[in-house]
Amino acid sequence: MTTSVPDPSQKHQRREHGLMLALVSPALLVILALIVLPVGWLAWQSIYHDGFTLENYRRVFTEDVYWRSFALTFEISLAVTGIALLLGYPVAYLANSVPKGWSILILSLVVLPFWTSVLVRAYAWLALLQRTGVINQFLRYLDVISEPLALVHNTFGTVVATVHILLPFMVLPLYATMQKIPNDLMQAGASLGASPSLTFMRVFLPLSLPGVLAGCTMVFVLCLGFYITPELLGGGRTVMVSMLVSRNVELYNQFGAASAVAVVLLLGVLAIFFVVSRFISLDRVLGQK
Amino acid sequence: MRASPARIALYVVSALVLVYLILPVLIIAPISFSSARFLTFPPPSFSLRWYQQYFSNPAWMQATRVTLTVALLTVVIATPLGVAAAYAINQSKLRIMRLIHMALLLPLVVPIIITAVGIFFVYAKVGLVATMPGLVLANVMLGLPYVVISVLAGLQSFDPAQEMVARSLGMNRLRSFFAVTLPQIKSSVVAGGIFAFISAMDETIVALFISGGQYQPLTKRMFTALRDEIDPTIAAISTLMTAASFMLVLLASTRQKRSG
Repeated sequence: MTTSVPDPSQKHQRREHGLMLALVSPALLVILALIVLPVGWLAWQSIYHDGFTLENYRRVFTEDVYWRSFALTFEISLAVTGIALLLGYPVAYLANSVPKGWSILILSLVVLPFWTSVLVRAYAWLALLQRTGVINQFLRYLDVISEPLALVHNTFGTVVATVHILLPFMVLPLYATMQKIPNDLMQAGASLGASPSLTFMRVFLPLSLPGVLAGCTMVFVLCLGFYITPELLGGGRTVMVSMLVSRNVELYNQFGAASAVAVVLLLGVLAIFFVVSRFISLDRVLGQK
Repeated sequence: MRASPARIALYVVSALVLVYLILPVLIIAPISFSSARFLTFPPPSFSLRWYQQYFSNPAWMQATRVTLTVALLTVVIATPLGVAAAYAINQSKLRIMRLIHMALLLPLVVPIIITAVGIFFVYAKVGLVATMPGLVLANVMLGLPYVVISVLAGLQSFDPAQEMVARSLGMNRLRSFFAVTLPQIKSSVVAGGIFAFISAMDETIVALFISGGQYQPLTKRMFTALRDEIDPTIAAISTLMTAASFMLVLLASTRQKRSG
């Protein structure tokens, strides 16, 4: 056995590593204590209550209330993602194809609502959509309708407000991807005789798909966990998964059931991120806000 | 430019979508300046009564103090923690740093309702429910990713050789960081701090579960009020909050631009 003389550069490197770990540790500690531990606690609580039990999961997977809520959440998230893509794509496309000043204006209008509290925007939608709200008053003034329309306290109102809140998460990754598509490719397509719509369908659209995937992932995942909008605009009938969690805690003191629902939701979200990360870098999905 | 029908359709659709995005943000201010008890649009006459009601109500004022205190303390704690972490993540070649970087972004990945319920259970065990430290700690955790992301972006455009030069000239590491590195990433640090402030000011869901008694932030009281009835006082508060957010974002973005 040879006794190794401590290499000064190695010693230096070890000190460097120690210093870097020391610098990162306070932030890491906060994360561990306030999100890793609480989520771990939830997971534990979902399977342990005076002994191991899968009772909570049995209920989540067999009882009607839970199934309906999961199905509804899934449907709403799909609808919201689809609508956000339909509305967001043209805006991102326009922002990408106009001179810089205009695109800055368009993007500022897109991110402006981003920085308004979700609560404030839920209030705004209530003011706009309720029976005596701005839109109903306007339509009656125009004599288009005689009875106020039920625009809120239902799934419709929830979807309208949720799309509004999540739309920036669609437009920004779309725009970022479109920016990287070289203009020459369009010109090449045109010079080879393709019509603008053909070049769009065959060249531009396929190249923008990574942005579509990033945007859809973010919108879908965020929508799965939405709480404030369905709670305030859903009128008590639109019970999304997040509301199931909160009601089990606040109203029924069913901590085990709440935890099991939360764990199923979290696993769903992580699975989506995992699958998507095989296709595109997650930085692209997360780095928006 | 030749305006084909497709192009015109693109303009119209985009304009409608932008109106949809902006309208709700703009609708609140006129409601808040209306004299009517119930929402009428256009407002019958100009009045400041909802602002008066907000500023003269001790419960709203107490909630405002809680929100501002929490947001300020969040910035004061989350910013140095986030800067130190971003610096280490940027410098260190340790493999575990990638994992730590991902861990620091967890608050953005985990649905907030899950985080909220989890924190509630943990706080219930250690007696932090309905306390100021509990509220601040939770918001520090939620604000950290914004600081880390912003500062990392700033550090990536900074040449670390400059700090090495300062150190080779005899400055110790801490001094060289404060004298050389920090001034150059200052704007991303400020932007990260501002985002952490806005995040704490707007945070609602965690507060719904863990705050109570005299330590309820504005958003929790607003949420409860909105569930019961639509009180135009909330329009006044919303207008003030939105104005505050916009000014802060403007401040953050001009700072970011100046750093180039």
